[in-house]
Amino acid sequence: MPFEWVVALRFLREGRFQTALIVSGVAAGVAVFIFITALVNGLQANTIRRTLGTQAHIVVRPIEEIAQVQRSVPPGTASIPKIEARAQRLRSIDQWQLLEQDLARTPGVVDVSPMATGPGFAVRGDASKAVAIIGVDPVRYNRIVAIGDKLVGGEFRVQPGEAVLGRELAADLGIGVGDRVRLITTENEAVTGDTLTVTGIVDLGVRDLNRRTVYVGLRTAQSLLSLPGGVSQLDLTVTDLFDAERIAAALAATTGLTVDSWMKTNAQLLAAINAQTITTRMIRLFVVVIVVLGIASVLVVSVVQKRREIGILRAMGAPRARIRRVFLLQGAMVALSGSIIGCALAATMIVVFLKLARNADGTPLFELAISPELFVIATVGAIVCGVLAAVAPAQRAAALDPAQAIRM
Amino acid sequence: MTSPLIELAGIRKSYGTGTEVEVEVLHGIDLALHAGEFAALIGPSGSGKSTLLNLIGLLEPPTAGSYRLLGQETSALSDDAITALRGNAIGFVFQFHHLLPAFTATENVLLPRLIAAGPVTAQQREGARDLLREAGLGDRLDYLPRKLSGGQQQRVAIARSLALGSPLVLADEPTGNLDTHSADGIFALMRRFNRERGTAFLIVTHDPRLAQRCDRIIELVDGRISSDRVNEVSLVTT
Repeated sequence: MPFEWVVALRFLREGRFQTALIVSGVAAGVAVFIFITALVNGLQANTIRRTLGTQAHIVVRPIEEIAQVQRSVPPGTASIPKIEARAQRLRSIDQWQLLEQDLARTPGVVDVSPMATGPGFAVRGDASKAVAIIGVDPVRYNRIVAIGDKLVGGEFRVQPGEAVLGRELAADLGIGVGDRVRLITTENEAVTGDTLTVTGIVDLGVRDLNRRTVYVGLRTAQSLLSLPGGVSQLDLTVTDLFDAERIAAALAATTGLTVDSWMKTNAQLLAAINAQTITTRMIRLFVVVIVVLGIASVLVVSVVQKRREIGILRAMGAPRARIRRVFLLQGAMVALSGSIIGCALAATMIVVFLKLARNADGTPLFELAISPELFVIATVGAIVCGVLAAVAPAQRAAALDPAQAIRM
Repeated sequence: MTSPLIELAGIRKSYGTGTEVEVEVLHGIDLALHAGEFAALIGPSGSGKSTLLNLIGLLEPPTAGSYRLLGQETSALSDDAITALRGNAIGFVFQFHHLLPAFTATENVLLPRLIAAGPVTAQQREGARDLLREAGLGDRLDYLPRKLSGGQQQRVAIARSLALGSPLVLADEPTGNLDTHSADGIFALMRRFNRERGTAFLIVTHDPRLAQRCDRIIELVDGRISSDRVNEVSLVTT
């Protein structure tokens, strides 16, 4: 082993108690760093996954109709217009097939799915429930929202004459798979509406949505909602979730349509997540600062304690640079051993957390990934911090005057 | 006569230079030491013995004057060049032996080699052990310093000072905190290495009895060499 390694290791071994203390400190820091990162990442991923479980990343809708002011006022007269906002009727996106192709080609966009949606009533016997009729192409819609995973009964099949109901709605109407339900809309001239066979029941994860969701085929919805051949919105998914708002803004500018990203629709959620991220960063920063100060202070003390030894090494021909390296190495070694223990500790904490934090039904509260990258980042980061922490002590050690150091 | 190992001319050393409390400790020292010499540096406390030894050992620079080590003028050298020269040319033995407590006797002796040439070979390790055996520590080779007596630690320090075969060993009160019996042993060991290996020794000592056993006695008083004489007695008796 080279000189620096031998001496650094021996110095650490010699100051056993100090070394143990600071290694424990680094271990605790690394463990907290990894655990809190994993926890918050898991929590946020879970929240976003739940939110986006029933939402497209980007939704394109027709532009809202606005009332125009009458401008032609005779000279010499003033106009005090009172403008009443227009009621927004259900309209199709103009030339949606062409737009759909354009959208699919937009960089960052993964999938596009057309949807015709509007209000209606689900009727069975004397019971009628206000519902949202959602007409989709099942294969394409499944790419936007993994609806197949949310089935609690039957299958997601919406051929003409078929419908899939939310769980609470089916319960309210006393409907099971294979039963029939009637859908009525105000647009549908035949008040009797369409009678459909229920092929599946879904749980969208939100009771309120389950109570008012009816999935039908695109054609069925178009005829029920009087949108022949039209769609009321296009659903998009994008590669990078957090790029959604930027893409949405760009699409709004090029298409002139109303384009909303999930980030805008869920602004409050996003603000909460951001606040959480900032808090986590600050906690991590403090942990890093404390660990760096801890390593630095232990090494400063070590330099003072080892003055004579440093002096004698210098007298025996060790140049300043090598003395400096001895202490930088000590910083790195302390950090490395601390982070190995810290990683093990963090993994244990995550496993224990997953065991303890469970839903009432015994399933894990949320996924907490033991991601290898996080451990690698924490370890490499710790070593960098260890070396940085050692810079000042190493400088002091290197600057020691050998004659004085020996005389002490 | 061959060119001297060390050659000091007009060496002065002041502390606190540029401040109001500037003190000159050495007032112009001229001194030469040749290969294989066995010299004592004596003088009362505060006469500048240790300072002179530190200057010769390149542990601190003189304020003025010329110092040639192995024929090389040292005043213009960089810190790293001085460190390298010191490592190769000079071995040190200090009063408080200054072994590294975390290293065994053998490892302490190997340290200069590790610094100078990197990882040590099995052969070099055996060489270090031989040196310790010669110093009378054959049964203490792998002891940590704290398990050794003061005299034994000093023997390790002497073996260490010879590890790289340096031509000159500087010893600062090497027997200063040893009992008479141990001190005699240490002195005899240095004398033996001097005879067998031709290593030059410059020994700072308070003990006139030991000084009398050196071939040359240099006396320093108030920062000046007051006498520098060949010790006829030692040449006959030791």
